[in-house]
Amino acid sequence: MGNFLQSLVGGIDPYLMQILVNIGIGIILAQGLNVIVGFAGQLSLGHAAFVSIGAFTSALLTIRTGLPFSLNVVASGAFAALVAVLIGFPILRLTGDYLAICTLGFAEIVKVFLLNFEPTNKALGLTIPGAHTDIPMPIYVLGLAILSILLVSSVNSSRFGRALKAIREDEIAAESMGIYATGYKVQAFALGSFLAGVGGALYAHFLGYINPSDFGFMKSVDILCMVVLGGLGSVPGTVIGAAVLASAPEFLRFMAQYRMLVYGALLVFLMVFRPNGLLGGVNMVAVLLKVLGKKPSGAALKKNREGRG
Amino acid sequence: MFWQQLLNGVALGSTYALIALGYTMVYGIITLINFAHGEIFMAGAFTGLCLVSYFKTNIFVAILAAMVVCMILGVVMEFIAYRPLRRSSRLSALISAIGVSIFLSSLALMIFGADAKGFPDTSFPVRLIRVGSAEISTLQLLIIGISALLMLALQFIVQKTKIGKAMRATSEDYNTAALMGINVNRIISFTFAIGSALAAAGGVLVGVLFNAVSFNMGLMAGLKAFAAAVLGGIGSIPGAMLGGLLLGISEVFGVAIGYSSYRDAIAFAILVLVLLIRPTGLLGKKIVKKV
Repeated sequence: MGNFLQSLVGGIDPYLMQILVNIGIGIILAQGLNVIVGFAGQLSLGHAAFVSIGAFTSALLTIRTGLPFSLNVVASGAFAALVAVLIGFPILRLTGDYLAICTLGFAEIVKVFLLNFEPTNKALGLTIPGAHTDIPMPIYVLGLAILSILLVSSVNSSRFGRALKAIREDEIAAESMGIYATGYKVQAFALGSFLAGVGGALYAHFLGYINPSDFGFMKSVDILCMVVLGGLGSVPGTVIGAAVLASAPEFLRFMAQYRMLVYGALLVFLMVFRPNGLLGGVNMVAVLLKVLGKKPSGAALKKNREGRG
Repeated sequence: MFWQQLLNGVALGSTYALIALGYTMVYGIITLINFAHGEIFMAGAFTGLCLVSYFKTNIFVAILAAMVVCMILGVVMEFIAYRPLRRSSRLSALISAIGVSIFLSSLALMIFGADAKGFPDTSFPVRLIRVGSAEISTLQLLIIGISALLMLALQFIVQKTKIGKAMRATSEDYNTAALMGINVNRIISFTFAIGSALAAAGGVLVGVLFNAVSFNMGLMAGLKAFAAAVLGGIGSIPGAMLGGLLLGISEVFGVAIGYSSYRDAIAFAILVLVLLIRPTGLLGKKIVKKV
């Protein structure tokens, strides 16, 4: 099995493989943030903090213990989620931009803490030996990316997802309907952070080297841009946003030093012309039916309106 | 020692306050976190640097010119990147602001290169004045003086002039202000102009203080100033001044008692703690939400 997958991965151009893995990790991170910002409507500017917590946890687990990689990934995600719950209870009582700056502040504190933390080699960063697994890392990344999409779409149409969207639309109205807003928000935060931790573990083992400075404010912004660009709260939109933004630096590479300049301008123009994101407000089922040449039925429309909600 | 550190803290804090004022005024009117504000601060620093080193101008002229340049930059930025998004979700405007911020800092990287540039020594003669046990440098006096002057001027504009009244009305209630015949678009442009001018002055002062101007100086300064604005209660002008001073002073004291490697975390730790006790900042209005 391991050998077969190894040869499968070996058959693909490594450069293309790297882009695919970047997209895969981008999808996992963005889907996590989509739960927090898109579904629950809580603006977080510190998603990278949970990515770094996951990355460093999994790196330490690989270096210090012989834990199989599959358990390692779960443990890293779970630890990130635990931290999210611990800080989520106090800070998720804040609203709007106060929450945003608090998450930003938390992320900065985590970064500075890791830069001064002895077991993670302080500012030198950690070099990670190979993961304890036979399955090649790209397969892991792509498999977990698909799993994360399935997980988030199932949340989207669940009771939990509907509660989150009710909180997003109007917190007071939702609470008066018997929804325990803080509890649901903390759960959404924990789920999003779990995915961030998983993404961080994959990132660490795919790259083989991590440094606390890689998980600064700009990393959080990158992930947030993927979610908003694709369309807030839209699962397929987030996949497209992650794919576009994770591969954009490669496609823009021919512009060399103009790359970031164009990236910034691109963000502005995309927002000015598609303020709700690429797929925001697009009815996916209707589009699909139109492509197939069928008229949308009433039931399909209604179902989709809920899904997009 | 105590007075010396307090003075250093006030000097640093007043530059934070200058930047924080721009955040808080823009937020007060259109509830947008203008993430490109830190880059305006950086642009101001570079404009001042160019004037002082290439045109050999006086530091005061450089500050004034940087303020004018950044006023124009701020207004243009609002016109291109934020005005079309006035009616869409706030997150889209936020991403647009982040786009502007990335654009401006990479533009500065291309033009001025990656390494930090310093002001020439002749730009401002630094002398030390002994007062009791503390030593005040003329530079610190300049920073505190100019900041105080600008804040007084701002307070005058906002409280005593007609356009200031219109600004207050717009921040109180955007739609009603428009119905009362206030040209809201002009007020928003004016707010961006004033906020950017203050940030530009802060940029030149910080550039002289640390003798370093670089393309990425806007990011951390912008984040800390934003933290200061939130600490004081975002939307409140005296709050931004108070928040800036508090952050500057606590940062200097934190470094003085030996936490220098945690320097950038101090401001945020204080912010998080204050928000947990007072969720809308020190001088922020209590939000009453109605269904």
